[in-house]
Amino acid sequence: SCPLSSRCCAPSGAAPAMNCRAEVLEVSVEGRQVEEAMLAVLHTILLHRSTGKFHYKKEGTYSIGTVGTQDVDCDFIDFAYVRVSSEELDRALRKAVGEFRDALRGSGSNGMGQISLEFYQKKKSRWPFSDECILWELWTIKVNVVNLANEQERQICREKVGEKLCEKIINIVEVMNRHEYLPKMPTQSEVDNVFDTSLKDVQPYLYKISYQITDSLGTSVTTTMRRLIKDTLAL
Amino acid sequence: AMDTDLSSQDRKDLDKFIKFFALKTVQVIVQARLGEKICTRSSSSPTGSDWFNLAIKDIPEVTHEAKKALAGQLPAVGRSMCVEISLKTSEGDSMELEIWCLEMNEKCDKEIKVSYTVYNRLSLLLKSLLAITRVTPAYRLSRKQGHEYVILYRIYFGEVQLSGLGEGFQTVRVGTVGTPVGTITLSCAYRINLAFMSTRQFERTPPIMGIIIDHFVDHPYPSSSPMHPCNYRAGEDNAAVYPSVEDSQEVCTTSFSTSPPSQCVFTVTKAHFQTPPPVVTDTLKVPVMGLAFSHQLSSSRLSYQPAALGVGSADMGYPVLFAGGLNAAHPHQLIGPGKEGGVPPVPSHPAHGTQADQERMCTPLDGVHYSAATPSSSEDTETVSNSSEGKCGSPHDLLETIFIRKVGAFVNKPINQVTMANLDIPFAMFAPKNVELEDNDPMVNPPESPETESPLQGSLHSEGSSGSSTGNTHDDFVMIDFKPAFSKDDILPMDLGTFYREFQNPPQLSSLSIDIGAQSMAEDLDSLPEKLAVHEKNVKEFDAFVETLQ
Repeated sequence: SCPLSSRCCAPSGAAPAMNCRAEVLEVSVEGRQVEEAMLAVLHTILLHRSTGKFHYKKEGTYSIGTVGTQDVDCDFIDFAYVRVSSEELDRALRKAVGEFRDALRGSGSNGMGQISLEFYQKKKSRWPFSDECILWELWTIKVNVVNLANEQERQICREKVGEKLCEKIINIVEVMNRHEYLPKMPTQSEVDNVFDTSLKDVQPYLYKISYQITDSLGTSVTTTMRRLIKDTLAL
Repeated sequence: AMDTDLSSQDRKDLDKFIKFFALKTVQVIVQARLGEKICTRSSSSPTGSDWFNLAIKDIPEVTHEAKKALAGQLPAVGRSMCVEISLKTSEGDSMELEIWCLEMNEKCDKEIKVSYTVYNRLSLLLKSLLAITRVTPAYRLSRKQGHEYVILYRIYFGEVQLSGLGEGFQTVRVGTVGTPVGTITLSCAYRINLAFMSTRQFERTPPIMGIIIDHFVDHPYPSSSPMHPCNYRAGEDNAAVYPSVEDSQEVCTTSFSTSPPSQCVFTVTKAHFQTPPPVVTDTLKVPVMGLAFSHQLSSSRLSYQPAALGVGSADMGYPVLFAGGLNAAHPHQLIGPGKEGGVPPVPSHPAHGTQADQERMCTPLDGVHYSAATPSSSEDTETVSNSSEGKCGSPHDLLETIFIRKVGAFVNKPINQVTMANLDIPFAMFAPKNVELEDNDPMVNPPESPETESPLQGSLHSEGSSGSSTGNTHDDFVMIDFKPAFSKDDILPMDLGTFYREFQNPPQLSSLSIDIGAQSMAEDLDSLPEKLAVHEKNVKEFDAFVETLQ
């Protein structure tokens, strides 16, 4: 159990480091926008948290591979984002987001949930203790799914969500720019404790994605979103 | 003293990093505005040429421009590298959208490791730049370019110029990286006042299905090319200080000879005109392709103010007095300066050095320009090049606006000659006169429409409407004859039909035209403080005038 506040405690149960960074983002989207919105945020974070593949050479030096990038256009949101050019990474994120989306649609969900992206380090412990996972950065994306009544509302939602995502990207970049704690560059023997070396073209920091579907505490958020849209129409 | 802490190798590395960082920054920004999706591949084996471990292609032309702008220097305190992104319509209007600034401030981080930490942080900053370039408004505009507008870039080095972004521009910070010699900052200032060009306007027309151009061959780019920076507007948000009345120059106080009917006399009592503040520094260099006026360009950029002598309604407050020279043979025609008779042209622009430079840059290659100084804001090329030929620019047009129609309605006889020469009192044209002169009163008879008109206006009213009996000039119809019923009137010499023909195509009110309205509104507002100052100066006269009314 985590001595720190629940905000900082990762869903996976990893113990946060004392300098663990926790950021929360909130978005309200229509059902069909969930996938693209989540991918946009997660990919933007991982763009900043991935390097090229390390190639260790003699004397403890290493060279770093090259990370390519590509633009992604959203179909249901007036928005575009940049992601790392790695099909493996994209597949992994899509899988996680797909499960989250399905859970949000499923019964027992009132359209509210959150997806968590944790970056952690492994700390090897001596036998008989198992390795620790030290959380050093936690991103929580809270999602509210709204239901819209007509095409006009949907069109406005396309634009509004696009604008909101622009804000989120700016927020993410701002956090990244703080140059706060990052794990030390590891030696060859330690690299798997810091990075995910399983992908063949890029090397993100060790990360985990998990999600929770929360029970609705009321329909207040959905109402606010509707009101926002209605206000826009009234103008 | 600061540099001795940094080994020479580190210093060399740092300079190299900063230089290539600057070049890559430009590439990312320009490529993000080409209007296409960018895709580069990851490569697990380092190729050795991918700076900052990122696959960012180098468009040779862009690198060339960036290197030219930097001219061997590096961003330093007070010397920033700026990438200006602007939009240019097919009609020639252009508007600055964003300025990306790579700056250096004095805050040093001595402890930081150059070859490792700084390098990695610069890499992170480039990733942030990739992300941020997709979230400013210009991105969506640039993705839709090709049909009605294109996006242009311009690189300059020196002082950051944000005045072209309009009021209320916003800033987003991409990030900072501390180094032992200073902190590198990357940010973007972007226009939010896209009032006269909303993205919606361009969403309706699909972009042309274009030829796919391979960027990485040395072709000229249709969508992003080094901007012809020669004509641009000074922004509405003028940072310039409005000079006091004494500083403003008078444009034309020339008067010409009065008697011959083919000449005109006019006096512009005062033009509000702003002396450009001297802000140019020598280090400011603006790369201009093929032009040698880089220094003047920058100075004209910094100092050029829209000469408020335009057709803004506020300008009518300083009345233009004139005598219409009238050709008896063509009662409906008006003689303006330059047409008949030897009236010397009046310079339409402020007579300072940058003016000449600006006109020099109006080469035919540049096509249409958007210039704040001339009355109708969306000029066609002729007007601009005419002004460089020496023909009257704004005062000419202004005159034509006021030129009275020769034959008024309900008037039996033409008036041959009206001379109001040497009348220096304000509102002389409205002063009580004999009946004949009253017919020349533009308040009674609407004036001719301005000769030059914007493309937007063209469809709204016919050209040169004079209502002559040769028929109107409406686009779709030619009226042969007009026989209104019950229109014969014994009392008046003119029948309803003639009246109708004469007045069926009134000129568009200049203040109502979309572009002029917005333009002159901004000018009017800009010129208000100075006008107020002048009025205050003349308050005694006004008081006296008011006294006479009581």
